[in-house]
Amino acid sequence: MPEQFVWGMEVFLNGLMAGVLYALVALGFVLIYKASGIFNYAQGVMALFAALTLVGIMEGQVPFSHLINAVLGTEIHHFGWHVPAVLAILFTMAVMVLLAWAVNQFVFRHLVNQEPIILFMATIGLAYFLEGFGDMMWGSDIKNLDVGLPQGINTSIDEFTYQIFDYGFFIDNLDLFATAIAAALVFSLVVFAQYSKQGRAMRAVADDHQAALSVGISLNFIWVMVWSLAGFVALVAGIMWGTKSGVQFSLSLIALKALPVLMLGGFTSIPGAIVGGLIIGVGEKLFEFSFGQMLGGATENWFAYVLALIFLVFRPQGLFGEKIIERV
Amino acid sequence: MLDAGRTEETLLEVNNIEVIYNHVILVLKGVSLSVPKGGITALLGGNGAGKTTTLKAVSNLLKSERGEVTKGSITYRGARVQDLVPSDLVKKGVIQVMEGRHCFEHLTVEENLLTGAYTRGSSRGEIDADLNMVYEYFPRLKERRRSQAGYTSGGEQQMVAIGRALMSRPETILLDEPSMGLAPQLVEQIFNIVKKLNEEEGYTFLLAEQNTNVALRFAHYGYILESGRVVMDGPAKDLRENPDVKEFYLGMSDEGRKSFRDVRSYRRRKRWLS
Repeated sequence: MPEQFVWGMEVFLNGLMAGVLYALVALGFVLIYKASGIFNYAQGVMALFAALTLVGIMEGQVPFSHLINAVLGTEIHHFGWHVPAVLAILFTMAVMVLLAWAVNQFVFRHLVNQEPIILFMATIGLAYFLEGFGDMMWGSDIKNLDVGLPQGINTSIDEFTYQIFDYGFFIDNLDLFATAIAAALVFSLVVFAQYSKQGRAMRAVADDHQAALSVGISLNFIWVMVWSLAGFVALVAGIMWGTKSGVQFSLSLIALKALPVLMLGGFTSIPGAIVGGLIIGVGEKLFEFSFGQMLGGATENWFAYVLALIFLVFRPQGLFGEKIIERV
Repeated sequence: MLDAGRTEETLLEVNNIEVIYNHVILVLKGVSLSVPKGGITALLGGNGAGKTTTLKAVSNLLKSERGEVTKGSITYRGARVQDLVPSDLVKKGVIQVMEGRHCFEHLTVEENLLTGAYTRGSSRGEIDADLNMVYEYFPRLKERRRSQAGYTSGGEQQMVAIGRALMSRPETILLDEPSMGLAPQLVEQIFNIVKKLNEEEGYTFLLAEQNTNVALRFAHYGYILESGRVVMDGPAKDLRENPDVKEFYLGMSDEGRKSFRDVRSYRRRKRWLS
């Protein structure tokens, strides 16, 4: 078997794994877009904020310590305790729910029935606010996140492929774990949206705010619910990305990669987010592998956007997006 | 049958309300009306007369359009309801079918109907029973239950909108402009179903309609709005016979229908408000 082919396969598998991580971020976008028609620019920052909060709680960091020290002239940074990962994740989730409530209470409930562009601008504001707020609350240094997820090369895959191809594939355990989590998350979210009462109400709100109000659906409740769900997805994405590359502010930039993912998969489709993520992940890795050297490398930076652009021309609603219904 | 008029019990009482949009646009300038239990009450008038605003003031959908009731009161079964959120009102049995249908386009017909039962804590069995009741009144919807509502016809969407409201087990249905954009035959069909629902199931209707002719045939009592005020009210039968209503809203005058040739010289002889 030619070496190129085997390497290509390894690249393909690693692309799939990277795609899962993109998809996790894209999922949060889809949720909020589905339920409120808001394109939530702040989703990436929410992942960052969740990861920061999680590390902060685990390490027993004092929130706003710089501010407190500057005002009171004290020197406190840590409570001096460590919180177990599971408990810290629960606390962080509570913080994300609180955030969802605050976002709705102070921003979006005042913007009912406004133009989508206004809502979008509000999320941009939210993104910058949250970035600064996270910075002030937990400090801006790069932090390590270890919630005890398996990491490093998966030896059984390595050995297995070595036996077949005479070449061991390098697949990270963390990526495998992320894949399993993402699959479970998508499955439960789809079931929730399609078959539960609240999920149906969520889709109804997405279609028509006024009509949803008129049948007695409380927009505030649905929006807090959806933002909490998006917060939860952000937390999962934050854990995965944070474990992989450390919790740092560049984490919020992964949100931008979710954009082409959404254009491919469709803004309104939960499975679409996953498929779009996988296509982008595999596509950019394979492209880099085959043409990277020829084109001077770093194709991963732009490949996804070009692919999305092509999709926009030929299939604007994405692969799985809701058809744009237009009656004449 | 048609002139049954008011029954003893009044469900909804609107008392001299004034509605302002965006803090500046005065739309209703003192509207009062009462809706008796078990009746079909019609709210008539031209474009911009304030029919929809009156209904939305009752159902409390005004707030999401930056409108507010600044004067007067609205009571349902004697209790003040104007500060309630729409979902509380639905729980009390008042639901609005909005103008222009407003179906959830991406949901199937059946899912649309199920959203109507959102506020109810009922069991799946009860809801299924009601679903069947709705399908009995609208057999067409049963055939199309799995279609996306956005792809159904205008008449079917109106049926979905009414059926969705029925799923909340309401007492009073605020029906806004059910004839809008529908063929005359369909309008007739929809109104016949409304009448049937009123007679067989005892639903109370407050109906806003531009199609005065149809509305006055099916309603028991009518109010005529012009520029945000009630200018006339009475049993539907009386309104139909009233010469002014005939001329202004039904397009007839004492000399019978006016010929198109005279239209140029046609001038309103009088207005209720000037």
